[in-house]
Amino acid sequence: MADLSKNDEAVAAANEEALVAAIDAPVERGEPILQVRGLKKHFPLTQGILFKKQVGAVKAVDGVSFDLYQGETLGIVGESGCGKSTVAKLLMNLERATAGEVFYKGQDITKLSGRALKAVRRNIQMVFQDPYTSLNPRMTVGDIIGEPFDIHPEVAPKGDRRRKVQELLDVVGLNPEYINRYPHQFSGGQRQRIGIARGLALNPEIIICDEPVSALDVSVQAQVINLMEKLQDEFNLSYLFIAHDLSIVRHISDRVGVMYLGKMAEIGTDSEIYEHPTHPYTQALLSAVPVPDPEARAHRERIILTGDVPSPANPPSGCSFRTRCWKAQEKCAQEVPLLAVPSVFKGQDTPAAHFSACHFAEEKQVVPAH
Amino acid sequence: MPEMPEHHDEGSAIASTGAGGATDLAMSEAETLEKVPGGPDGTGPDKKARSLWSDAWHDLRRNPVFIISGLIILFLVVIAIWPQLIASGNPLDCDLSKAQEGSQPGHPFGFNGQGCDVYTRTVYGARASIQVGVLATLGVTLLGSVLGGLAGFYGGAWDGFLSRITDIFFAIPVVLGGLVLLSVVSNNSVWPVIGFMVLLGWPQISRIARGSVITAKQNDYVQAARALGASNSRMLLRHITPNAVAPVIVVATIALGTYISLEATLSFLGVGLKPPTVSWGIDISSASQYIRNAPHMLLWPAGALAVTVLAFIMLGDAVRDALDPKLR
Repeated sequence: MADLSKNDEAVAAANEEALVAAIDAPVERGEPILQVRGLKKHFPLTQGILFKKQVGAVKAVDGVSFDLYQGETLGIVGESGCGKSTVAKLLMNLERATAGEVFYKGQDITKLSGRALKAVRRNIQMVFQDPYTSLNPRMTVGDIIGEPFDIHPEVAPKGDRRRKVQELLDVVGLNPEYINRYPHQFSGGQRQRIGIARGLALNPEIIICDEPVSALDVSVQAQVINLMEKLQDEFNLSYLFIAHDLSIVRHISDRVGVMYLGKMAEIGTDSEIYEHPTHPYTQALLSAVPVPDPEARAHRERIILTGDVPSPANPPSGCSFRTRCWKAQEKCAQEVPLLAVPSVFKGQDTPAAHFSACHFAEEKQVVPAH
Repeated sequence: MPEMPEHHDEGSAIASTGAGGATDLAMSEAETLEKVPGGPDGTGPDKKARSLWSDAWHDLRRNPVFIISGLIILFLVVIAIWPQLIASGNPLDCDLSKAQEGSQPGHPFGFNGQGCDVYTRTVYGARASIQVGVLATLGVTLLGSVLGGLAGFYGGAWDGFLSRITDIFFAIPVVLGGLVLLSVVSNNSVWPVIGFMVLLGWPQISRIARGSVITAKQNDYVQAARALGASNSRMLLRHITPNAVAPVIVVATIALGTYISLEATLSFLGVGLKPPTVSWGIDISSASQYIRNAPHMLLWPAGALAVTVLAFIMLGDAVRDALDPKLR
């Protein structure tokens, strides 16, 4: 018996070894590095003080699938509460998924723990939304950026860390001599640079950016976005860029996914989504983007949605957007539209032939051509 | 190291190329990053890496409040251990004929109701009072912050269980609890009193520690540490404790004074320290009846108590400030 369990342990250790090796293996540019399949996160709603009883669930993320390719930027847009940030937390393993898988280089990472999870964490890092709460106010900048090396000592030998931290500060455009300062001595944009430096420290392959610029001034937003683009080229990074600002997402993304009520409504390349949207929700969103040219503004159509976003604890049957959609019909209440190329565009060589979860997908020009 | 440029506006060259025309991202793009103020000590960059603790110690050594309160506490500790250093008499050597007499040569603080020398008794009383105050505070703070902190950090069933336990302890009246619990103990030392105070005092610190840990835990930097793969102990020690410790320090230093006076209350009721033990609490409670005839009997031990409590509160304040980099 003892031999058997020892054997099992050896097998488990060997499996973990193989897993870590697979996680550390490189991926060719343009290959999928992260594949998300049917990802779900339901937060239980409970009632009662002593004996908690589950009375329902908030379906924050309800079956999201997409691929992230090596070296690209995938933008995720959607209004507040549509589950964007929960997707980020699930990918980072900060929340445990209710169902679904996240394959990183072919390995499902949603159920990992221990050494394998630590290896994944080294390769997938995150930049947070609020630069005022994402840096520990009681740590010096050197300690904040150096912490990844304390947690993963194999990345940098001890004597080398200070130099590495200063290099990182230089890479993100801060004076390397600021190493002994505290976060409150920096402005919002500088703090976000510190957060990016911390994310870069372990030399990750994927950086998940959860609204990294929405807390910053417009001018500083541009600086940070441009820095992120520069770093992407320099370090060959893949970004998952979550935002609610459509213009910024368009500026930085290669492909864009639109989320509504925990589901992906439409996904395609930058120009497919912005110039040839086929999902009515995307069209409504895009029609709300401010247009700087007054002539073009006068000629465009604004789509005004009525009603509120339904509660994710009790989403509508069928298509989740049907309660606010001007095209909704009987079919929409009964059948959940699949995220696929709509049948009307199937086989056609048009930019409108991209994944869109709508029964009645059609093209509609909402953003003036430029 | 090569000289680094102060400003980095690499953005200005790239921004206008792909802003999408929707928002004018390039507007005021060339705006430079503002200069941050000088280093924590104002002397500019130095070569040595520093941390919160080394910076705090660097600050404390230069803080007059810390130096004064530290010296007072050091003095109190020394006379608590060796009272004969500054008082030559015997605190139990009393002469009833001198009861309630005022200041005399050789007896600067006068005599108490039993004709004992108030100066000698005040000096000798420091030992029991400081023992009770400091040890009860240490015990309460350690027990309360560990239990409350872990409950706040882990949450769940352990948290629910602990919160109900603290509710029960809050329902016990201190004086009545002292009368019941201490009257059955015959041991005539400070330990039963300290044990009773720890038993009844920890829920207060536990509540505060739990609350501040829950607040600190929700910050993004804790999530960021978790995303880096930090262990629970690293998150607790490096991220949560330094950010949750301030309210605990404040309450604990104020509670220290409360415990010394609670000892006096318990002694007055006859369940705390018993004569021949000498303590400020015993002297304050026995002198309080003669406040009109012989106020000196009350003022000296009460003054000693006030100075002690003030020294600890000042020390706690200085430490709390030193641990907050925003105040530098």
